[in-house]
Amino acid sequence: MITIGLAINRKTFVNYMLIMLFLALLSTLTVFEYLHLNETELVYFTTDSIGILLLAAISMVSIPTFYHGYKYITSRNDTAQSRGLFFAAMVMLITACSMVYLSNHIAVTWIFVELTTLSASVLIYHRRSLRALEGVWKYVFLCAISITFIYVGILFLSLSLKETGIEDMSFRSLVQYSSELNPFWLKLAFLFIFSGFTAKLGLVPMYTAGIDAKDKAPAPAGALLASVLMNVGFIGIYRIYAVIAHTPLKYWANTVIIVAALLTIFVAAVYMTRIKNIKRLFAYSGIEHMGLVMLGLAAGGIGVYAAILHIILHTFIKPTLFFQYNMIYKVYQSKSIYDMGSYFKYYKTGAIVILLGFISVTAMPPSGLFVSEFMIFQSLFEAQFIAILLAVLLLLTLIIWGFGVNIFKLLFTPPLQFDESKVPHISPWESASQFILIALSVYLAYNPPAEFVSLIQESVKLVQ
Amino acid sequence: MTDILLIALAMTLLYLSIANRLHTYLLILVLQGFILFGTTFLTLTNISTLNLLLILLETIVFKAIAVPWFMDYIIKRNKITKVAEPYLPNFLSLIIVTLIIVSTIILSYSIHDKNLDKTYFIVAVSTLFTGLYLIVSRKKIITHVVGYLVIENGVFVLSLAVGNEMPMLVNLGVMLDIFASVLILGVFFNKIGDVLKDPDVNLLSNLKD
Repeated sequence: MITIGLAINRKTFVNYMLIMLFLALLSTLTVFEYLHLNETELVYFTTDSIGILLLAAISMVSIPTFYHGYKYITSRNDTAQSRGLFFAAMVMLITACSMVYLSNHIAVTWIFVELTTLSASVLIYHRRSLRALEGVWKYVFLCAISITFIYVGILFLSLSLKETGIEDMSFRSLVQYSSELNPFWLKLAFLFIFSGFTAKLGLVPMYTAGIDAKDKAPAPAGALLASVLMNVGFIGIYRIYAVIAHTPLKYWANTVIIVAALLTIFVAAVYMTRIKNIKRLFAYSGIEHMGLVMLGLAAGGIGVYAAILHIILHTFIKPTLFFQYNMIYKVYQSKSIYDMGSYFKYYKTGAIVILLGFISVTAMPPSGLFVSEFMIFQSLFEAQFIAILLAVLLLLTLIIWGFGVNIFKLLFTPPLQFDESKVPHISPWESASQFILIALSVYLAYNPPAEFVSLIQESVKLVQ
Repeated sequence: MTDILLIALAMTLLYLSIANRLHTYLLILVLQGFILFGTTFLTLTNISTLNLLLILLETIVFKAIAVPWFMDYIIKRNKITKVAEPYLPNFLSLIIVTLIIVSTIILSYSIHDKNLDKTYFIVAVSTLFTGLYLIVSRKKIITHVVGYLVIENGVFVLSLAVGNEMPMLVNLGVMLDIFASVLILGVFFNKIGDVLKDPDVNLLSNLKD
């Protein structure tokens, strides 16, 4: 309803009031679902612990996203129509993501994944340029193929159900009868559903479209694509993994996941050491983290706990970098690292955010991701995957090096041929939300509230 | 009877691999739409009439008439050259598609599942992979779309195999068809036509690292 209102209405004031209303509704929904944990509503939606965790994360991230979206739109003098469309697509994307987190039926999940593709493509094409067109074309085409893959996976899943005579395809009944499923079809179903969801999650084989999309979408939308939309892919894989984890096929599935995750980290390492476009750099860092999350999931033990913690902290940290990108662009009017430098001189607060964001994203000790990443390594060690652990550590070192070279160039090295007189003044308050998000991630990692820990432990029980 | 129709569908794949003109591709899509119409009518005997009607309408109106007509319109409006421009010679394509079909037949005989109707499985999977092959081996964007539509047809055949037990899944497939085709063709191809006068894929290949 709000989406339609936003798309039609051209009055600035009404637009912003509708967004306020949406944010209020989203927060209310989160609190309401938390109070009604594990209850089923409207037949197809059940709030389980993993769902509520991701829902809480999305409602926290969406507030600064709309703030920065507002900043972005006011700096561009767009028409009222395109502004309405931008916010409408954002509202629709956030709603569809929330519904994916909460749905308890694989078909309903699939429908809302389609909706995320639709709304994300509107956001990517916001700038109406040739390159944005290319980005959105690749994204739409690959996502169309990926949802077809998921659909084929669902069909195979239904074939594996045929012998048991069950017709209920909700996740709960799939887990309950998982031992009776035909293993051959279950294998095929897992392969197809897994590779379908990799387009959203950003793993090998279908990560490419997501990178172009995050590069071409306006930065606040890119922040959504790089955090909450990746969580959509994660929850899809997590739920189907929960089915297969209760069968003897678990070890086979772990192998598939580990291969995909290792290749993903490898790809991220290769590109991050050589690209010079700062937005793509952030996007590749996102797929590296998803690779780590999947490694944790496959290693089992404490790794599953770490994977969930990691993905939630990542949801808070990655948007800060994308939000900050808008201000970098305001200063340098360029995406290329060659045009940037001495950011400390031009916008001190922003430079501190970038520095803190860099420390957080590379998981150096004061960062929240350090805790979860350390636990993932620990789980790999305990699961006797020593060779994999060594390879990952080597690749991560490369990634930190590649990332660091570019970030320190941005922060400290003076730029070449740069006209200082054109640098606009940016209020330090625009970066306030980034500090809050980074602080939140540190707080959740080092001093987690008891409810938070018990929710994660509940979620871990879904797959063990 | 369904076997004959499904085998005819597999034969259109072979023709697809050697077709040279875009117009031929569209005609094959129309033919596939009609074949799917017939197969649906003969296969789905256990579902409610209204639901069957919906699915039949989708195959005939959407797959066989609307989409090919719209693509024809796009080709004419954007003055796309009418040759498919494959990367590989047609003879090689023919061999590859034949290999795809043969290998799915071999694969299907390695499955021991009495619930599986092998013809559906073979035709569906080979259509799916032929569609993927078309996407990677042709140069133009519009042939990529044709490849995607072929994949969808393959998936539709697969959904028919479980259609009698779970009609909901076939409906989902219909939704996928309409959603993805409208998204790809309707919203998007119009835009490509507006911005690029010559929608060849090589104009959309600058976004890389």
